[in-house]
Amino acid sequence: MTAIAPRTHAWPVVGPSIYEGSRIPQPIPTVLQVPEELRESDDIMQINFGPNHPSTHGVLRLIIDLNGEQVEGLEAVIGYLHTGFEKSMEQKTWWKGVTFSPRIDYVGYQSNELVYVLAVEKLLGMDVPEKAVWMRMLLSELNRIHSHLVFLGTSALELGAISMFWYCFRERDMILDLSEMVTGQRMHTRYFQIGGLAEDIPEGFYDECRKFVEWMPQALSDYLDLLDRNEIWLERTKGVGLLSADDAIALSQSGPNLRASGVDWDLRRDMPYLAYDQVDFQVPVYAEGDVYARYRVRVDEMRESTRIVDQCLRRLERMRGRPWISDDRKVVLPPREELHTSMESLIHHFKLVTEGFRVPEGEIYLCIESPRGEQGCYIVSQGGSKPWRIHFRAPSFAALEATPTCARGSLVADLIAIVGSLDAVMGDVDR
Amino acid sequence: MSEWRNAPGYVSESDAFGELTVTVEPGLVHDAAQYARDEMGFNLLSDIVATDYLNWGTVGVSGYIGTGSGRDINFPMTQGLQSLPQLKPKRFSVSYHLLALRQPPARVRLQTWVDDGEAVPSVIRVWPGADFYEREQFDMMGIRFDGHPYLKRLLMEDDWDGHPLRKDYPIGGEPVRFSEAE
Repeated sequence: MTAIAPRTHAWPVVGPSIYEGSRIPQPIPTVLQVPEELRESDDIMQINFGPNHPSTHGVLRLIIDLNGEQVEGLEAVIGYLHTGFEKSMEQKTWWKGVTFSPRIDYVGYQSNELVYVLAVEKLLGMDVPEKAVWMRMLLSELNRIHSHLVFLGTSALELGAISMFWYCFRERDMILDLSEMVTGQRMHTRYFQIGGLAEDIPEGFYDECRKFVEWMPQALSDYLDLLDRNEIWLERTKGVGLLSADDAIALSQSGPNLRASGVDWDLRRDMPYLAYDQVDFQVPVYAEGDVYARYRVRVDEMRESTRIVDQCLRRLERMRGRPWISDDRKVVLPPREELHTSMESLIHHFKLVTEGFRVPEGEIYLCIESPRGEQGCYIVSQGGSKPWRIHFRAPSFAALEATPTCARGSLVADLIAIVGSLDAVMGDVDR
Repeated sequence: MSEWRNAPGYVSESDAFGELTVTVEPGLVHDAAQYARDEMGFNLLSDIVATDYLNWGTVGVSGYIGTGSGRDINFPMTQGLQSLPQLKPKRFSVSYHLLALRQPPARVRLQTWVDDGEAVPSVIRVWPGADFYEREQFDMMGIRFDGHPYLKRLLMEDDWDGHPLRKDYPIGGEPVRFSEAE
């Protein structure tokens, strides 16, 4: 196994800037205002894009000012999916919070689960068995592929490539089947526990997952065959929705959107967590900063994720019979079978379920590379059995901030490509 | 290389859980942010988060608290007030999580403390991405950000009463349509 080649340059921006200066709207960075000379004009028509238009990926409402087909003004109105996750999690004990977090970003659910679990474990100062670490990595990468497939399928569908949707959802279904096999759930698995995994990996999983790893590279080249030489797709995506590296950094972008703007930055490689420093993978970077680059970054990432899944699988196959969850009885539920024979286990089980465990006082911010970018979790603990404050740094929330910058001077039809390419999941935006 | 000690409005710094927290005066947040970006190289603003510490420390935390070095199994779980959390200087903390995109990368938490109604200067001119973050914290916590050009509610409706993530905002306090309690 080769180590990842360290990045040689200190400053991670690759390639020249794609446009001069900054395109971020002034004075409000997230609101594109109609130019002064056009404000009184009768040609400006204000329309609502969303909140229930299928191409807005949920319930995003954009108020756009059109001059013919030209987008002159744009403002995002969000909050339609605001469900108060942060407030709700404050009312629940620590272990119940695991159920909430995957529902925030409902497409990249496994990453949300992971970031919460890792943050609580860091506060507890807890060690996790190696098998759990590698399985968490494997499932996170499967989930990354899942999320990118949903992105690719839906955004291609919106631009008229309807068949892409069916191909992507075919492979997505394979991932959901794998997920069901391991966790019992197709989505929102609650498989990661504080301390490890909920259950051991079922024996049949290794073979089924191996089949998927062997299948996926061919599927990815099929996608490229369908899209990458498709004249309509190229016309609709190349040079559309530009975002330069400097603007992307200024607008707090992260993940694939940042890498598509030529910033060579990936938390998995640059600030490794789990065991990402022990696997071999490349970080795809494209300098064009357009919709096409954002699509290519994600397709290339699926290929790299498949490689990581393969490496995790090789490791996990050698870990059969090893523990999958920590044996810390003050935090982790005792094994079910012990409840019938051991009074001590019964007491622990009762106390953990009714009162919950306690987490030392402190505040931490922990972040991981989710399919959409930097997924952060900020936790304040008072030392009690419930969190004092929980906040999620949502990458989609940041991605949405870039919409007016990308949409500057574009046509209304391109707006659909732009919104799709930034890949904001509204559950993640509104929380 | 500059140091945090020279930052405008520097109050203190602390290291916990491997994370550096630099506390600054609330009035000088903008200058400190400028310093962090230009002198210290923290070019990306990851997140802004406010926390309400109302009644922090008055509610006792009872029972057993785990530590990194291990847990004493013989120690009883509940035995009344065991420890009071460390007191906080003011009611709200506003934390800016900054990231330096360079090799090696670095993270820092810039933190400031305010009371109810006290305003914090906006950092929107330092990092334009602060726009949504500040609006969200205004909406959820009622922190005012001075100099923000468009400080209005983001997630809640424009005419919403109160700030939902505050500790004195009740759960289930909002009227529900078609229910008995309307």
